[in-house]
Amino acid sequence: MTVSAAPAEAILEESRGSRPRRLRGSSDARAYGLGTITVVYLLWALVPVAITVLFSFNEGRSRSTWQGFSLRWYTWDPTGSVLNDESIRTALMHTVTLAIIATSITVPLGVLFALALDRWRGRIPAGANFLALITFVIPEIALAIGLLFMVTYLATPFGLGAWAQVIGLVTFQLAYPIVICRARLLTIGSHYEEAARDLGASAIGAVRRVILPMLFPAILVSATLVFADVLDDFVIVRYLSSDASTETTSMRIYQTARAAPTPALNAMATIILVVSTLVIVLGWLLYRRWLKRQGQATDLGSFAGNL
Amino acid sequence: MKDRSTRPLWPILGLPAIVWIVLFFFVPFYVVLCVAFGVVDPIFRSPIPVWNPLEWQFSQMGVVWDRLVGPDNFYLPAVIRTLVYVAIAVTSCLLIAFPVAYFTARYAGKYRGLVLALLIAPFWISYMMRMLSWINLLQPEGLVNTVITMGGLIPIDINWLSGNPFTVVMGLIYGYIPYMLLPLFAALDRISPSLIEAARDLGATGMDLFRRVILPMSVPGIVAGSLLIALPMMGDYFTSDMLSKSPNTAMIGNLVNLSIVTPGQAGQAGALLILVLLVLLAPMVLYTRSNAKAEVRS
Repeated sequence: MTVSAAPAEAILEESRGSRPRRLRGSSDARAYGLGTITVVYLLWALVPVAITVLFSFNEGRSRSTWQGFSLRWYTWDPTGSVLNDESIRTALMHTVTLAIIATSITVPLGVLFALALDRWRGRIPAGANFLALITFVIPEIALAIGLLFMVTYLATPFGLGAWAQVIGLVTFQLAYPIVICRARLLTIGSHYEEAARDLGASAIGAVRRVILPMLFPAILVSATLVFADVLDDFVIVRYLSSDASTETTSMRIYQTARAAPTPALNAMATIILVVSTLVIVLGWLLYRRWLKRQGQATDLGSFAGNL
Repeated sequence: MKDRSTRPLWPILGLPAIVWIVLFFFVPFYVVLCVAFGVVDPIFRSPIPVWNPLEWQFSQMGVVWDRLVGPDNFYLPAVIRTLVYVAIAVTSCLLIAFPVAYFTARYAGKYRGLVLALLIAPFWISYMMRMLSWINLLQPEGLVNTVITMGGLIPIDINWLSGNPFTVVMGLIYGYIPYMLLPLFAALDRISPSLIEAARDLGATGMDLFRRVILPMSVPGIVAGSLLIALPMMGDYFTSDMLSKSPNTAMIGNLVNLSIVTPGQAGQAGALLILVLLVLLAPMVLYTRSNAKAEVRS
């Protein structure tokens, strides 16, 4: 705050008593104008997806002409529906499995690292933190090619496939829990832990019984984020996949979207959307329960703000 | 309380992640270097990595370099195109995201939680599904053409989905704008209302307020948001593939992807990737620095 207040001070200096006060009306007009832009933006951002969801329930084969409501592409079409097309089922199962495994490795790894970084100073943790942050902005294709080359030319016995995909996803997602948990640890500070130690807790005991519970919201938010982001991943899973059994839903959309697919593709995408929505809602409910226990106000904004 | 007995605990907690990062982030890049500076099997045309840096060959790099700036420079148009597309997309994202983020931070009132949730919604809608949505809308008999031609009355025939640069740039904006919105919102949300009130009381006009208070204070958010979307766009090949699938709209990412999926060109893919990363290194470090600063400030 102290740094950034400077421009305001400049205005204070310059306009002391010179200009008349503004009328409130112009502020209302501005709110109205900005609100309109926001609504238009949200419509542009969300309506196309809503239409895709809608057409997953189309009776006919078209993805642009409405031919009546039906669950045909989910259940009863004998060959093309999600239920009866084995490749779509495999893609769905594989995507969700990858998300579960990758999340359950990424989050503990990142949380432990954030705890360590909070106190461990030196070149090694700083360097590792730098590399982890780089994964946030490095083009995903770079990481994917690196791992692809490593598996193909160096670690040849391991081979491409599900485990290569998991390793790639964890590496790419690791920065989320690290950054989110570190920010939370900074606000927690060290005095709770010191108090616990003064009262006779061991170092591990203080971390386990004092710090980890306070870190819970950050862990929850990062788990939710990582899970949703892994469901979405395309570049890494594609380069590190081996055969049809390691195909994900995103790869399937990439391969068939331009080749006149049926609404079953929309149905598959909708199912993944439902899965990630459920996980986000679950995360939000757990977060709210935690806040209530702490006696804090519960609003959607603070959960979303943490994302 | 930080006695000696607790010291080894922290390195032990951090060790698994460090081993992971070294093994699966550091080593892979070394392998990329060894493949890019390696040789190609004369018979099978498969790349042979050279593990010893002292024996690295520059033939692959030379091939890529020639295609970039040499007489045979067919990579160059894609590189220029990428820079133009990314510049337009990032600027547009900023112009759209700023008013939206500003509204959410200052004027949304009781709808704030709802608007925020909707702003974040694209995060949990898969990127490919969002591109699929536009393919559905923009296909020849899709909704967009139906609306434009008013149901076939007006004979306009726009080919949106093959080689149309407008569609690709729109797709980039559509795909990446959520990542711009959040840092921008965070920066704007941090501006205290009393500061704005003070500036107003002292006679700052709306323009003064924007230019001298809000804009300077949102610079960290603008920088972080721009880098956060510009850098991944540099390696993006799937947006162009999904919405155009034409060499006329190929970006750098498409060149890299094409070399990867073409047998025998892995070395060139690696060499091209290294050149791209060298150019992007400075902005990537800038991002981690601005991130660290924001951490200290908050």
